[in-house]
Amino acid sequence: MPRTFYALLLGFCFASAALAEPASREMEAALAKSLQAVGNNHLDVALDEVNALLKSHPNFKLAQLVKGDLLMARAQQIKGFGSAANAPKDQLQDLRDEANARLQRVQQQQPVGIPQYLWKMDDAQRYAVVVDTSKATLYLFENVQGEPKYVTDFYISVGKKGTDKIIEGDKKTPLGVYFIDGHLNDAQLEDLYGNEAFTLDYPNEWDTRQGRNGKGIWLHGTPSDTYSRPPRASNGCVVLGNADLKQLGRHLQIGNTPIIITDQMRWSDAADQAERSELLAAIEQWRKDWASRDTETYLKHYAHDFAVGHTSFTEFAQQKRLVNSGKTWIKVQLAHLSVFPYPKQAGLVVVNFEQDYSSNNLSNRMHKRQYWVKRDGHWKIIYEGAA
Amino acid sequence: MLNKFSGIAALCVLLACSTNSRADDIQDANKLLKQGQTAQALEKVNAFLANKPKDAQARFLKGLIVNEQGNAAEAIQIFTALTDDYPELPEPYNNLAVLYASQGQYDKAKVSLEMAIRTHPSYATAHENLGDIYAKMASQAYDRALQLDKSNTATQTKLALIRDLFSKSARVAKPVATVVAAAPVTATPAATAPSVSPAASTPVAASGNTKDDVLKATRAWAAAWSAQDSAQYLSFYAPEFNTPNGMERAAWEAQRKERITKPASIEVTLAGTQVTARDAENASVSFNQNYHASHLKTSSHKTLVWVKHGTQWQIVEERSGK
Repeated sequence: MPRTFYALLLGFCFASAALAEPASREMEAALAKSLQAVGNNHLDVALDEVNALLKSHPNFKLAQLVKGDLLMARAQQIKGFGSAANAPKDQLQDLRDEANARLQRVQQQQPVGIPQYLWKMDDAQRYAVVVDTSKATLYLFENVQGEPKYVTDFYISVGKKGTDKIIEGDKKTPLGVYFIDGHLNDAQLEDLYGNEAFTLDYPNEWDTRQGRNGKGIWLHGTPSDTYSRPPRASNGCVVLGNADLKQLGRHLQIGNTPIIITDQMRWSDAADQAERSELLAAIEQWRKDWASRDTETYLKHYAHDFAVGHTSFTEFAQQKRLVNSGKTWIKVQLAHLSVFPYPKQAGLVVVNFEQDYSSNNLSNRMHKRQYWVKRDGHWKIIYEGAA
Repeated sequence: MLNKFSGIAALCVLLACSTNSRADDIQDANKLLKQGQTAQALEKVNAFLANKPKDAQARFLKGLIVNEQGNAAEAIQIFTALTDDYPELPEPYNNLAVLYASQGQYDKAKVSLEMAIRTHPSYATAHENLGDIYAKMASQAYDRALQLDKSNTATQTKLALIRDLFSKSARVAKPVATVVAAAPVTATPAATAPSVSPAASTPVAASGNTKDDVLKATRAWAAAWSAQDSAQYLSFYAPEFNTPNGMERAAWEAQRKERITKPASIEVTLAGTQVTARDAENASVSFNQNYHASHLKTSSHKTLVWVKHGTQWQIVEERSGK
């Protein structure tokens, strides 16, 4: 074979590595093929598939269970899924759930649209993550000139007790808009968390405002004795296979990549796009009104129940009136604007930007975060602060 | 349970044993083996092989003898060589499979059995054993899937080398009831032996609390032993009890009976009992066992694995040491 061919081949592999399908997808496909072969009564095919799969990943417990059933079927009549004598019922149920989740993932089509949660990515945000807990799936989107483009997805596990975390220790995964704010490596972690972990900023400002608490919500890996965990397994974290997390991790930017966790994916449509335009216009109007020094008009952008910590809207308004009275000119510029609607809460949006503020007596730059809510058809700010 | 070890008789049928003197020698050795006199049996068969080193029947018997002596590796060598020299015989394949299985080498066991079946498609013993091998392999997979407790009886290798001696039907299609082995030899003397032990009238019936019941059963077992009531003592052992070194059940029972009845007195006391109940039907008990007989005094750490059959708790495994 000519050398150039190898070179071309290698070059091609290298170029496509970033967008390569995760190896776990092949595993899942092989598992589904095996299960389908069982359904079609081709037990030999099913066993061959599952054996091939276990050769590379002997700690894929679900595949071991299927193998057990396929072998047992040759020895005796089997009862059904997981015919092991004395099998603990909860573990069997876990594996059955995993089989269902993975089969669904294989049988479902890839997402063709854009999630409703990615209205605007900051141009420095190269990727965004959306987790759909109902499908045990984490989707990765790339920011291609401002448009989110689907890259790939991974099987994940969430909290033992499901989602919508409220209090510490409830073993639930929070639903909301979060950001990666840290990384832990193998040496810093117990085996339970796999090879690495990315920490999330739960509880965020909205969670705190609602009295939600708890901490230590991470994206993390899988203990060394198992290839994957059942769909509901963690104490609230989002768990990926170690190889999957490694692949995903390459795309995550600490302090910048959004992780939006929903329990029901919604795809963007025309109505959603109209909402988006409306909010972007409202943000621009807020900026202009602030720069105009027309304080009362500016304050109309804030909700009556606006609050930052212990500061109420009344106190905030008084302070703004006082400050603005001393200004002869104000300039406000926004950069790196990102806009992420909240899952599960219609009309709540997280807005982040770099604010470049200058005036006759004060100038500063800051990273600001706002939560906007839609009240009576108008977008209002309910929280704002440094981020 | 993989328990169909082909005996010499089956092979004899096929090879149409030639001379009388030869048949006598082999039969003698076979008889000695049956009586547990393996050294003498081996001597006899070796003497025979000195003259006829290629003789299939004698080599086969030697395989059985050395295995009985606990030398599985040599037995495997002998049966493997037989399959090379006589690939048309299914029995060596079958026995090879049983030996592999006893070492947990189920893949090899499976291949051997498939060979046995290929040579004789209606060889029922191999079919049965193949079914058992699949069950074993399934258990292994289940273990890995569910990380079942290692004391789980379903996953243990319980290789009882039962020989269907003088069963003429070894290769005939349906001798499913080949488990002839234990029946004639054992005939538990349960009926005749007077029950001495007051504690253990019958293997303890359950009353609800698993741990209590298992503890009660364990004490009753020790009491039967102390009372030297071998029938009562043996009745605590489940049919699927894992005999030490894969010993034939009948031989093991005979040995136990002898050891229990022989001493002038026995006293077994238990200390530090710890019960682990996995579910309502499976539990294990660990304790320090102090055995004080007229001629011997020992103490050891022991674990009994109990399984509930119907209303009775029975022992499926007995382990010494930590």
